[in-house]
Amino acid sequence: MAHTPELSPSQPSGSLHRMTAPALQPTETGTGTRQTQLLARMLLTPAVALLFIWMIVPLALTIYFSLLRYNLLDSESAQFVGFENFRYFLTDPAFLASLQNTLVLVGSVLGLTILLGIPLALLLDQPVIGRNIVRLMVIAPFFVMPTVSALIWKNLLMHPVSGLFAWIAKLFGAPPIDWFNDIPLFAIILIVSWQWLPFATLILLTALQSLDEEQKEAAEMDGAGALSTFIYITLPHLARPITVVILIETIFLLTVFAEIFVTTGGGPGLQTTNIAFLIYSQALIQYDVGGASAGGLVAVVIANIVAFFLVRIVGRNLEA
Amino acid sequence: MGQITLQNVQKSFGPVHIIKGADLDISDGSFVVFVGPSGCGKTTLLRLIAGLEDVSGGNILIDGKNVVDVPPAKRGLSMVFQSYALYPHMSVRGNIAFGLKMAGLPKAEISRKVEAAAATLNLTPYLDRKPRELSGGQRQRVAIGRAIVREPKAFLFDEPLSNLDAALRVQMRLEVTRLQKQLGTTAIYVTHDQVEAMTMADKIVVLNGGKIEQYGTPLELYEKPANLFVAGFIGSPKMNFISGEVAGRHDAATIGVRPEHLKIARDGEGWPGNIMVAEHLGSDTFLYVDAGAIGPLTARHVGELDLSAGDRVLLSPDPGRLHRFDETGKSLRA
Amino acid sequence: MARIATSRHVAVSTVAAWLVGFLIFFPILWMVLASFKTELDAFAIPPKFLFFHWTTENYAAVQERSDYVHHALNSIIVAGGSTLIALLIAIPAAWSMAFSPTKRTKDVLLWMLSTKMMPPVGVLVPIYLIYRDFGLLDTLTGLVFILCLGNLPIVIWMLFTYFKEIPKDILEAARMDGATIGRELVYVLTPMAVPGLASTLLLNFILAWNEAFWTLNLSTLEAAPLTVFIASYSSPEGLFWAKLSAASTLAIAPILVLGWFSQRQLVRGLTFGAVK
Repeated sequence: MAHTPELSPSQPSGSLHRMTAPALQPTETGTGTRQTQLLARMLLTPAVALLFIWMIVPLALTIYFSLLRYNLLDSESAQFVGFENFRYFLTDPAFLASLQNTLVLVGSVLGLTILLGIPLALLLDQPVIGRNIVRLMVIAPFFVMPTVSALIWKNLLMHPVSGLFAWIAKLFGAPPIDWFNDIPLFAIILIVSWQWLPFATLILLTALQSLDEEQKEAAEMDGAGALSTFIYITLPHLARPITVVILIETIFLLTVFAEIFVTTGGGPGLQTTNIAFLIYSQALIQYDVGGASAGGLVAVVIANIVAFFLVRIVGRNLEA
Repeated sequence: MGQITLQNVQKSFGPVHIIKGADLDISDGSFVVFVGPSGCGKTTLLRLIAGLEDVSGGNILIDGKNVVDVPPAKRGLSMVFQSYALYPHMSVRGNIAFGLKMAGLPKAEISRKVEAAAATLNLTPYLDRKPRELSGGQRQRVAIGRAIVREPKAFLFDEPLSNLDAALRVQMRLEVTRLQKQLGTTAIYVTHDQVEAMTMADKIVVLNGGKIEQYGTPLELYEKPANLFVAGFIGSPKMNFISGEVAGRHDAATIGVRPEHLKIARDGEGWPGNIMVAEHLGSDTFLYVDAGAIGPLTARHVGELDLSAGDRVLLSPDPGRLHRFDETGKSLRA
Repeated sequence: MARIATSRHVAVSTVAAWLVGFLIFFPILWMVLASFKTELDAFAIPPKFLFFHWTTENYAAVQERSDYVHHALNSIIVAGGSTLIALLIAIPAAWSMAFSPTKRTKDVLLWMLSTKMMPPVGVLVPIYLIYRDFGLLDTLTGLVFILCLGNLPIVIWMLFTYFKEIPKDILEAARMDGATIGRELVYVLTPMAVPGLASTLLLNFILAWNEAFWTLNLSTLEAAPLTVFIASYSSPEGLFWAKLSAASTLAIAPILVLGWFSQRQLVRGLTFGAVK
């Protein structure tokens, strides 16, 4: 019937009648000229080539070595053994023990850093006098090199005789704990959690600060109390940063090395040997190249499962 | 000199055709406005002329020379961006001088030209400020200063006023027009605002879906729109379109009548209808009328009318100002 | 939640936050205190908190040991060198992807990210053997190279996210003003990206400084940076807590300062822009 004229009584009136005036029009930009594009490809090449080599050469070699019986002490004897190394590595009780240690370590640190990180971030988001200084104190452990933090904890805090913790235990009349003999894995979990708690807190805090104040005000106007606001507004807002924290920490925690290397050397027995440390000891202590390579590939597979999810999250963010 | 000719210019991004063959002749010293809705290709066409994008086909001639393979810097054009695109780390002086510096002009000459451009635009007191210390209007003037100082063959404006508030926009509109006339430099100006188009242009190019719908002076477009699209796009409030039996009586598929060409009466002849909304601006009165089978109509009356929502009115079109269109939307001329 | 903060609210959260902050910071503080004690006081039970004989003899001892300076220099060279080289490779790459993206740019970026996720231990064996065969074990060149590659994805990503925030219009304005691509990079992009470049440099310097997998496995003495030097204190005969603390304090102090400056960028860099 009719081409309806737009009926918008509220539009700005006067001499500036603009029927088609959105404030910000999506710009119709292209990709530049051929010259620019060609140059751009050339500038990208070195980085891509380097990373490609860095990814493919060692990985290919690892795969190749993993199929050999190859010991550095007897390097003439390399021979093809198929999947023998994998069979050996995967059925080795040390592998199962270290896999378990790895999972316990990663799981516990994740749990501790997130469960403590959320309340800590919420606390730092409150009006606190001297917030910047508190923030600095909280973040500091993340900047301490792993060998230093491991040694401070091992010597100054957790030493069964002269450590601060032993003294505190005695104050309360309890027998001091010999951390690295009685509960060595837990000791390492504590150290690593201390290092990563700032990371989780900082990211959650950043996310909290990006939460729209008006959203919270709207919830308050709707009659939500502090707890409901947290559950229905804040927590959903934190879901994505929490996922990011979990994935990134997992990537790094799967290969915790220096802390173990410096404190326990994987012991006592295999109690603190994780997969990274097992592979290291197989390669550089027992010189079993084939076995270590097979183990390395197992680590790559585990990391890739995590990476798969992380890449998808980051990729989705890239669209925006 | 600044005569620009487009010959069958085409642009596609992959399979998407943004510009479907544009032919245009822009004479030296004229002010041409590209207008059209979002996504019509007007900005792309401007960027093709600027050389910021490659054409997929066709030729662009500047003063008779084909420039499709000439990089932007060598085309002798200058551009004012929607976001102003000022260099945030340079002072106003540095911003205006940058192009001249790139061209390798001697220092004294650069300084003389920058001072002159700044004086023209009342920017002299701000020459040593950084862009972030300026107001929106001042930034806009710096962007213009950067364009004029190079004495280009033509200015390209990409929606330069859309980030300003309404009052400033009117003022800058006048200023840009005045400056262009004073310098006599060709200008191509992209906007989605048809008021800007009508007030500033010597000639308007109406673009839609990558095609040039019509090219003409503002009054030509207003009085003789080539088709339904131009008729509906130019003029505010929009032209009323009526199809069906009423149009048939005029031997057309659709007839169009502008709100200002509808006579408003309480009784007598005309299309009856009820007022849905009445806007009283003092200088004008806008009536949004439900005219039953004819459809909703907008009517404009110069001056005040004592009518309000719910009132019944009769609307009759000025017979000499009726526009007729065929089934394809093309204008029918007697 | 409380924008109209009551003074009680402020008081409670202030006390709580300071308490928690102090607890988290305490191990570092304890180490710094220990570094000013005599070896005997450092061992003392009950521990001496503030009332001990303050001394700077540990710092003097650490400074005197030429090897400390040697390892500190190694740290500076390795962290600085790997970061600078990574920046040189990353700036053009990030420019290219930010300002002239193609359909595949997203895939390239994600692929680069995925190389960062490869566990170093997975390629320890071949890298070790390659280094052995090329004589790169325990060399600064070797460490610079491997840390540069390890951090390259992060550097590219950070720069990419910073460049993305620079309006393309400004670069095009420079192009209209007659600047070549080279001059565009030098006169317009780089000065505008200085804050982003600085924080990228800072964060990656920190990451390289603290890196403790490759440095521990690929260097022993000559090229060993501070991570490795400090680790040598873990041997039982090295039980000099006060000296260890002094050496550790010196090793982390500059990084703490840099880190505090870059905390905002840290989030962006370590989450690959997923959290800003």
